[in-house]
Amino acid sequence: MQTIDPRNAISIRGLTKTYANGFQALKGIDLDVKENDFFALLGPNGAGKSTIIGIISTLVRASSGTIQVFGQNVATHVYETKLSLGIVPQEINFSQFEKVGDIVITQAGYYGLRGELAKQRAEKYLRKLDLWEKRDNRSRMLSGGMKRRLMIARALVHEPRLLILDEPTAGVDIELRRSMWEFLQELNRNGTTIILTTHYLEEAESLCRNIAIINQGQIVENTSMRKLLDKLARQTLIFDTCDELKTLPAFNDSDIQCNAIDSHSFEVSLSTSRDINGLYATLSDQGVLIKGMRNKTNRLEELFLSSLKS
Amino acid sequence: MQANHIYIAFETILIKEVRRFTRIWLQTLVPPAITIGLYFLIFGNLIGGRIGQMGGYNYVDFIVPGLIMMAVIQNAYANVSSSFFSNKFQRCIEEILVSPVPNYIILLGFVAGGMARGVAVGLIVTAMSFFFTSLHIEHVFLTLLVVLLTSMVFSLAGFINALYANTFDDISIIPTFVLTPLIYLGGVFYSIELLPSFGQWISALNPVLYMVNTFRYGILGTSDVNIVWALFMLVVFSAGLFAVALYLLRKGTGLRQ
Repeated sequence: MQTIDPRNAISIRGLTKTYANGFQALKGIDLDVKENDFFALLGPNGAGKSTIIGIISTLVRASSGTIQVFGQNVATHVYETKLSLGIVPQEINFSQFEKVGDIVITQAGYYGLRGELAKQRAEKYLRKLDLWEKRDNRSRMLSGGMKRRLMIARALVHEPRLLILDEPTAGVDIELRRSMWEFLQELNRNGTTIILTTHYLEEAESLCRNIAIINQGQIVENTSMRKLLDKLARQTLIFDTCDELKTLPAFNDSDIQCNAIDSHSFEVSLSTSRDINGLYATLSDQGVLIKGMRNKTNRLEELFLSSLKS
Repeated sequence: MQANHIYIAFETILIKEVRRFTRIWLQTLVPPAITIGLYFLIFGNLIGGRIGQMGGYNYVDFIVPGLIMMAVIQNAYANVSSSFFSNKFQRCIEEILVSPVPNYIILLGFVAGGMARGVAVGLIVTAMSFFFTSLHIEHVFLTLLVVLLTSMVFSLAGFINALYANTFDDISIIPTFVLTPLIYLGGVFYSIELLPSFGQWISALNPVLYMVNTFRYGILGTSDVNIVWALFMLVVFSAGLFAVALYLLRKGTGLRQ
């Protein structure tokens, strides 16, 4: 078993969980998340992500293993570890009949904050998440995206050092998702460690520095985002042209394969280890004017699927 | 958790509970007032006039303490069982479970909420009784003590019911099939002196009898049971149910997987 660095935000060792119905959700998880990291925990449905979060938050009891939050065991230092934690669950779990402001202020009370301080904190985070105008509305009147933001505001009201978000942008429209990304990045820059589970791999690639992939209760990949992306052997780039393509560009290189898509676009497949400056030079020489370029598939998506298969 | 943080957490749960039952006052405060008011009118005034004396008092005077206690019991129980189960059902109980609030504060907070509703309904019903009779409270301190202890016992029972409940049906079974018979056979409407000796012996096993009679003693100064013994039982019931509820909460029954 690996030694534990007490500076880690989270250290998990030998974590297993078998539910009452016999389903083994976790089969010996070892995981470290460094302080101030922006960490992605990815995996297909039922892989064990929410079980890990449930055990960290004490809603689920581990069958065996230990979890330390900032060097303190969650089983023995309940108060200290819970004070450091903010949890944003996957499912909406606030009262549908209470007012938005009351939900956040009440949560502050559970952490020993009262009166003006609780109100100030509630205002601060409701404003940051664009919910201040809705503070007197019943929570059931909020849209799906607003409900998710309310759960983030509620999780932040005691200003935890570690924020865990279980699919926070599920069902949230693109514009709102981007604004939530910016907010989370700002939080992380200000020192909050963030652990994120998500199905949007683009989200993990954009936000997270380190990543673990879990499948069938086991960690199958645990590395930095950069190293993981470097594992991709080939990439396919799509080029959009300014003018109609009469003939497909020719590349005198066996590593490069080129295929037409339509009259104004084509795709080029090549090794990830090489630079793409030469492609532009070749295209310029052949008089092909490029309007835009993009990856054909999400790179992380390819790696995610190959990790699960292997 | 620091002492002042513990107090703030307790206060937060209590305020949330009071806010809940006052927000839905049409469902929580008005129905018992109407029901008990009808009891006062029909059993107290209309039928009670023909019954005459019970235990040395006019019938309406005799049943008023029992009816007040019935309202306290039913509402203290219903408040905690329905509120805690709703929290479980909507999963908002997770808000508290992930926070550093100790289990005993969670329990005390919900129980205090149940007691608050029990006492609030008791006061409303007491105020209504003045339309039908003039109450004079013989032992004020004892009366208050019994109301508080009784509402605590049934709030704790409601909490345990909610822990085990998986559906809304599960929180209506106990009030319908256990609480109501215990209350009706607990000397609310009659003195157990009217029963044959075997009936009196069976009634002596009913804890509600002691609560109703101690409360009646507090108001009227008369009782079918030994007051000291009744108070002792109330304290033992409160302590026992608190211990059971806390044990279940620590074990995570119905809450943690």
